[in-house]
Amino acid sequence: MAGSVDNPKIDKPGLVRALGRFLSAGQIIHETEALRPYECDGLSAYRQLPLLVVLPENAEQVRQVMQCCHQRGVPVVARGAATGLSGGALPLADGVLLSLARLNSILDIDPLARTARVQPGVRNLAISEAVAEHGLYYAPDPSSQIACTIGGNVAENSGGVHCLKYGLTVHNVLELKVVTAEGELITLGGAALDSPGYDLLALMIGSEGMLGIVVEVLVKLLPTPQRAQVLLAAFDDVSKAANAVGDVIAAGIIPAGLEMMDGLAIRAAEDFVQAGYPVEAEAMLLCELDGANEEVSAQLARVRQQLLDSGAIEVRTAQDEAQRALFWKGRKSAFPAVGRISPDYYCMDGTVPRKRLAEVLLETSRLSQQFQLPVANVFHAGDGNLHPLILYDANQPGELKRAEDLGAAILELCVRVGGTITGEHGVGHEKIHQMCVQFSAVELEQFHALKRAFDPQSLLNPGKAIPQPKRCSEYKALGGDTLIPPSARTGGE
Amino acid sequence: MAIQSQNISQALQQALADAFEQAQPLQLRGSGSKAFLGSSAEGQPLDVTGHRGVINYEPRELVITVRAGTPLGELETLLAAEGQMLPFEPPHFGAAATLGGTVACGLSGPRRPYTGALRDFVLGTTLVNGRGQVLRFGGEVMKNVAGYDVSRLMVGAMGTLGLLLDVSMKVLPRPEQECTLVQELEPGQAIERANRLAATPLPLSGACYDGLRLYLRLSGSGQGVEAARRSLGGEALPADDPFWSRLREQELPFFDSALPLWRLSVPATTPPLDLPGKQLIDWGGAQRWLVSEVAPETILQAAARHGGHARRYRGGDAQSRASTLPAEPVMKLHRQLKQAFDPKAILNPGRLFPEL
Repeated sequence: MAGSVDNPKIDKPGLVRALGRFLSAGQIIHETEALRPYECDGLSAYRQLPLLVVLPENAEQVRQVMQCCHQRGVPVVARGAATGLSGGALPLADGVLLSLARLNSILDIDPLARTARVQPGVRNLAISEAVAEHGLYYAPDPSSQIACTIGGNVAENSGGVHCLKYGLTVHNVLELKVVTAEGELITLGGAALDSPGYDLLALMIGSEGMLGIVVEVLVKLLPTPQRAQVLLAAFDDVSKAANAVGDVIAAGIIPAGLEMMDGLAIRAAEDFVQAGYPVEAEAMLLCELDGANEEVSAQLARVRQQLLDSGAIEVRTAQDEAQRALFWKGRKSAFPAVGRISPDYYCMDGTVPRKRLAEVLLETSRLSQQFQLPVANVFHAGDGNLHPLILYDANQPGELKRAEDLGAAILELCVRVGGTITGEHGVGHEKIHQMCVQFSAVELEQFHALKRAFDPQSLLNPGKAIPQPKRCSEYKALGGDTLIPPSARTGGE
Repeated sequence: MAIQSQNISQALQQALADAFEQAQPLQLRGSGSKAFLGSSAEGQPLDVTGHRGVINYEPRELVITVRAGTPLGELETLLAAEGQMLPFEPPHFGAAATLGGTVACGLSGPRRPYTGALRDFVLGTTLVNGRGQVLRFGGEVMKNVAGYDVSRLMVGAMGTLGLLLDVSMKVLPRPEQECTLVQELEPGQAIERANRLAATPLPLSGACYDGLRLYLRLSGSGQGVEAARRSLGGEALPADDPFWSRLREQELPFFDSALPLWRLSVPATTPPLDLPGKQLIDWGGAQRWLVSEVAPETILQAAARHGGHARRYRGGDAQSRASTLPAEPVMKLHRQLKQAFDPKAILNPGRLFPEL
């Protein structure tokens, strides 16, 4: 971890005094015990107390914080609801943690233009709730949508179960107001559908707090579909279920969501919420269809037949809205459900081409045996976005390290089959080494040059997302074992 | 054929590496179908049209990867044979238009407000930066947040940040059925109606007002389109009417003029613009075409007043200012990004903005 509390370059009392010129005492946290709740994000295996935490209440204060930190060369890590799963909001010992939680107002809703202007600390689900009366909603729906904020969604380019049809955050945001590393307020994008020059809006989305601090977001809203219906298909074989995913899409149907759970995840979810899942199945798919009433009816019949043709042993249609909600509840609570059957779990996030799903699931299962840690799979199958959950016990010596190594092996497998190490959770602190597997030294250098264009002093979330090429050489030298294709290994651990 | 293309990509890389070495500006040239757009680049022409061909197309994956010099028409024919399409309905502006040029110009057609823009469907690119280095970003998967989204940054950059070698795009199934309904309305009513309908769950895929009539296109399953058609009413155009392709290619009578053609990109609910000349409204109100002799400043100011921007598309005095520029702090980021990708400014200098 970069720096330490004793970093002689940073005068903490001086910084607190400087911040105190425009923030109230309650907006600056610097006592060790009060800092404790901020030491990690959703990836709690990594913890670090920040130098201090600031809680600005408006964009102007964010600008002042950035100016102040810029003048003093103090690094800044932005934080929303800290539900992120890659350690992207992991604090720095010599850095300020900038919480955007108090910028939590919905500023404007324009039903005719189908937009909402919100502050970054507004929760994802709160947007859809606020605009529901107009027959509209905000489409990206990460599983953490009850808690996660739109600012964090922008930083990670979050997806969710419905992004197969309705896209990621980048497809659903029109404009950002951003405070730069120097403390300047800029606007990217706009209420029109494009803007002159480079697409800095797209570049900012998913940049993991490395290029600027988002202080306002104009989101696009979609009309609520007339009808949504969900099918549940059970399979006696994981590969059949994985191949059925491609079969549905090849039939020319883009479901609103197409999710897969394996046997371990099905049984954990069923124990937890009693969703009526087929506990004897090895895999199941949830396929949601939405649109006009007549259209959904026609597609339901086609998809049902396709799933049976692809080898489903049972296909059920939710009988009513309550059952549909229950089917989804099982899926959305699958992570905590798995959390109940294991002291700890580690959630991965690779994406692969859909056609490689079956093969990657089989290889993951083989790796699971090799590393002697169970893996549950519950994921966005339609997008090829895997979420292997590695079950481990942090209190057993060596298990966390083994879980990390297994995770690394799975991510490198994803890259090898033409995929990526992260589909929606971001690189953050967690996957920094695997970036070395996915990108060449010149590509990483281009990323760093891009970062310098926005943040020449490297004050925004330094050390995350993009590794130094030098560290990659070290990683490849030290961790060479995990870089060898598993099939080439002789024997297990 | 593959070996030849490999040679061409190496030759292109070498050309850029040499240009970097000698600080020799290059003018990247595809078919030239969009040479009229923006300013002209200075430098030695570099023909990239030989770098063509499909690298990978798997209809089941809804992904296609092609070399950037591939003609757009060839690509669309290939997709159509599999019942698929480029969802952003790009204009060609010429029979030889290439995918690379289309991406560099960032052009999307009438479907844009409803299905998405070109940049929404870019999954990955291989490019050569201004140092002559070959770089690959993104890939062929639907979701990828590893590293900055450099692929989308290339869209609309007019070749000023990198030379595109190949592009991976998400494609979609062609709709089973389409139908266009036409209704006479006043301009203000047409804008209001297009927006109101877009806020309802109808399978809209186009909304254009030609000064007299509002054209609404519906696309989707047979049942969905039929249900929407019943609820909307209005007169249907014959199924083979070329209205949307003529709109996309600027072949409607509206575009047939000796006067300058301007594009104004404004919030969709902006009322009819009070500017001299004739107007055509597309993108459900978000894209306004203006044929007018009025001073550029008047048009640029009108666009800014409504929270949008404007650009002279065709005609007019090449010496006069012809587009809205980003605000200065954003322009500064443009300069710094240009420096990051092309430190010696060899790639299409001046093509996007005079100073880049």
